Amino acid sequence: MADLRRLFSLNSNDSSLDEALKRDLEEDQHPEDSPLSAREVSMHASAIRREEASMQRREEKAWVLSRRAYQVLSVLTALIIISVLLLNILDLPLFGEADNPTNNEVSARYLEYGLEEGGAVNLVADVILDYRAFDTLGESNVLFAAACTVILLLRRFSDAEQVHGMPEPLLLEEAPSDPLLMAAARLLVPVLLLFGCCIILNGHLGPGGGFAGGAVLGSGLILYLNAFGDQRASRVLTFRSFRILSASALMFYALSKAFSFFCGANGIPLDLPLGTPGSILSAGLILPLNMAVGLVVCCTVYAFFTLFRKGEI
Amino acid sequence: MDILVTILLLVLLLNAVMVVCIRNLFSCVLIFMAQSLVMVLLWILLQAPDLAITEAAVGAGVSSLLFFLALRRIHALDAEKGAPANKKGGLRHG
Repeated sequence: MADLRRLFSLNSNDSSLDEALKRDLEEDQHPEDSPLSAREVSMHASAIRREEASMQRREEKAWVLSRRAYQVLSVLTALIIISVLLLNILDLPLFGEADNPTNNEVSARYLEYGLEEGGAVNLVADVILDYRAFDTLGESNVLFAAACTVILLLRRFSDAEQVHGMPEPLLLEEAPSDPLLMAAARLLVPVLLLFGCCIILNGHLGPGGGFAGGAVLGSGLILYLNAFGDQRASRVLTFRSFRILSASALMFYALSKAFSFFCGANGIPLDLPLGTPGSILSAGLILPLNMAVGLVVCCTVYAFFTLFRKGEI
Repeated sequence: MDILVTILLLVLLLNAVMVVCIRNLFSCVLIFMAQSLVMVLLWILLQAPDLAITEAAVGAGVSSLLFFLALRRIHALDAEKGAPANKKGGLRHG
């Protein structure tokens, strides 16, 4: 007699099930057993198939149930985390009260002596580029490292196929030049570039500074690239000029601030010409540092866009 | 002013939830830009104009541009593989 349990352990598709069943029946044939007819064989096969179908249905139901449980549990977890965080925020002090922990002697010093020590009317620029210039150097380094990584991973060299045998990566098809976009860009790109330069140069007089101005400059260049195509844009900023600009700007920042740190650490008085507060040429090193940071940010933003778009600057 | 801050915070929460729940990827990127805009208004109301101008330039400008570029790349790849024309109203998540 065929051993049905052995048949269940087969990974079956239905056609092989019949043959396996038949083979098994013939092997196990004892002389005293009566041979099975073909009809009984097919009845056993269909019973096995029905068992498998019901097992599959049970599995699908369990799958749907577990998905539903997962959705409910994830929403519940999110709600619990949200309520815990909100309840903790209720314990924070209110905005702007006099006895907040942020009103300590450090901020009092910045507020009182910021103008005469840094020379910038915008105290925020004073703090980030004079008192805490080291942190801003770290941020500019992070931007530079990100740009280097993106170039490493995405830059496409024209002779890569011959040199390394790599297939040419997928390039976005060049969009046809849109007259509406070109007309709008002719008006907007000069305004954007001018506005970016204005934000950078007025970083120590009003809100703004290197990061915001650099991002606006980069956006202006991206608009120019989108409107007028790759040929004309690569005449504005090539890979070589991008390299020189960002590396030299970062180096200038590092060297000038290193000079400041060196003087401060060794007690050498550093008499930078602070100028009259409120004029553009004032605040010592803050204006050149703003320009350096703006250049780094602009080049990085433009490089990200063009590398993602077409694999080269 | 408090009412304005409360409304803006509620809109911020709503944007954050909608970004996850909406299926059309193009709409998601637009909601991301709107989130950045609401943050700009909040920074101004919290008396931080430097942060506001930086957030406007970076969040609603460059970051969203990169997202749109990424969407366009996915579009292009899908179009080359001959995906069915389910592009009415933009991309859909799989």
